[in-house]
Amino acid sequence: MKQLVVISGKGGTGKTSVVASLASLAAFEAPVTTADCDVEAANLALLLPGQEIRTEPFFSGRRAMIDPDTCSSCGLCAEQCRANAIHSEDLTVVDPLACEGCGVCALVCPVEAVTFVDNQAGVWMERRTAFGPLIHAALGIAQDNSGKLVAQVREEARIIAEREETDLILVDGPPGIGCPVHASLTGCDLALLVTEPTPSGEHDLERVLELLDHFRVPAAVLINKHDLSPSFTVRIETLASRAGVEVVGKLPFSPEVPRALARGELPLAIEAVAVPLTEAWERITALLSGGIARPLARADALTDSVV
Amino acid sequence: MSKIAIASGKGGTGKTLVSTSLAWLLARDGHPIAYVDADVEEPNGHLFLHPELSDCQWYARPIPELIGKTCSGCGECQRFCQFNAIIALPDRVMLFPELCSSCGGCVLACREMALGEKPREIGRIEAGTACAETGHPIRFLAATLDVGEARATPLIGGLLDRIEDPGIVLIDAPPGTSCSVMEIVREVDLVVLVTEPTPFGLHDLVLAVEMTRALGKPVTAVVNRSDLGDDGALRYLEAEQIEVAAEIPFRPELAEAYAHGEIAAAASPELCSLLLPLESRLIAGASS
Repeated sequence: MKQLVVISGKGGTGKTSVVASLASLAAFEAPVTTADCDVEAANLALLLPGQEIRTEPFFSGRRAMIDPDTCSSCGLCAEQCRANAIHSEDLTVVDPLACEGCGVCALVCPVEAVTFVDNQAGVWMERRTAFGPLIHAALGIAQDNSGKLVAQVREEARIIAEREETDLILVDGPPGIGCPVHASLTGCDLALLVTEPTPSGEHDLERVLELLDHFRVPAAVLINKHDLSPSFTVRIETLASRAGVEVVGKLPFSPEVPRALARGELPLAIEAVAVPLTEAWERITALLSGGIARPLARADALTDSVV
Repeated sequence: MSKIAIASGKGGTGKTLVSTSLAWLLARDGHPIAYVDADVEEPNGHLFLHPELSDCQWYARPIPELIGKTCSGCGECQRFCQFNAIIALPDRVMLFPELCSSCGGCVLACREMALGEKPREIGRIEAGTACAETGHPIRFLAATLDVGEARATPLIGGLLDRIEDPGIVLIDAPPGTSCSVMEIVREVDLVVLVTEPTPFGLHDLVLAVEMTRALGKPVTAVVNRSDLGDDGALRYLEAEQIEVAAEIPFRPELAEAYAHGEIAAAASPELCSLLLPLESRLIAGASS
């Protein structure tokens, strides 16, 4: 089984549209498992309609509660809490959005007024789509630990892919370069970097390439909306070639794409996009089936940084 | 001081375009203004504001370290730590700094007083000025997370602590709705949500609105590329009685100016007039 993770550094470059389109292309051959790891803003399900067959709660961490009858109002907890979750105005109220569940308040409380409750931080779901199973999730509003939920989505996707005997897991990753991105990359075979020819696109791609180099994850680049700036497209190609990373394709800008998305259709329905995307998919499958030069050794080291 | 967060659920909707343009407009019109780039994983404001930097400091957060030789291997620190960041061996501890939340509890839990704290660098904070040619320079502040570092929130906290009083403070937030965005939103007087009229934009806008409401903050919206998509976002905003401060249509010349690292408002009189009502609102908010 192979795992392809689509990330970008910069948000809004077209990751989700690309993942849904690639899933459609892959499904011509055989069903594919898709996973939406952008758990803070999960959009893949909007493009992959189907039937939800399972919804499971996701628990992460705990939150402190202070019993007002026991509390002696000494204020030690507020003094020691670095998350700023307890304030001296009302020592019996813990701000649930700020509390990290570290337990310092309970440690310093002289009268044992602090208890903890498990925190449901979100849900994850399994859906049946025309292309194969989709695993997606919703992180609760104002929750942290999205890296843990990403790790869970990846793990469930692996289990479901084995059960359904699909050869490929396609992962829609989060933006940025922090914890949820690390969790998305763990143990993947190839990272596809979707970028755009702008100063922001170039700058963020540079940082993502540095991250992938740090964790020794093999990569390929797909340039979206390349015709919006031929000069920045050249700069991105140069950046990729200096990093030893193949540009597997370039997609044109088309105002038809957001319009198609608004109708719930895939960009593949637009010919100007479909042709280069299909060619890019051929390059990606070639890379996945063994044309990769860079080592994978440190991909497992990522597990350590998932918080 | 009046602090405004420019945020969005979805990435790539135009937060940096809107915040750099607003900063430029306010400076041009003579208002004291600071632009703060808090998208520390992928900060981009400098690519358009081209600031002259006067200060760069590494930012560190505290992590535990063994001091002296009194560790008895009792394991109190390990039992206390909720983040599995410290493991007790017979005569010392093993630390996983990436997992540490810097709560300081292990130091308090240690019976032998064998643990102290030391700083761990996670990024840098830069300060300077931009657009001095307008006659009213923009105060520029930005933080950049070290590549490979997992937790952005402490660095954002450190960045926000550095904000001084220049009048209007525009904070360019990261995408999403989680802890790092909340760290910013809880500090501000107004949240400007930048969205786009696609199903993705709408889906993530709803999450962002819920997040700002959970924190009890007033919110206004900017719809970018307003002619590329459907009317779902506008209908939602109307139903929720959220004011639309600006609708910015897609213009190739805006995309082009942006692609050349120019501030979009400086290149487009049309954008200036579209942002005028929002600019007025920010000025009114700062003086009230």
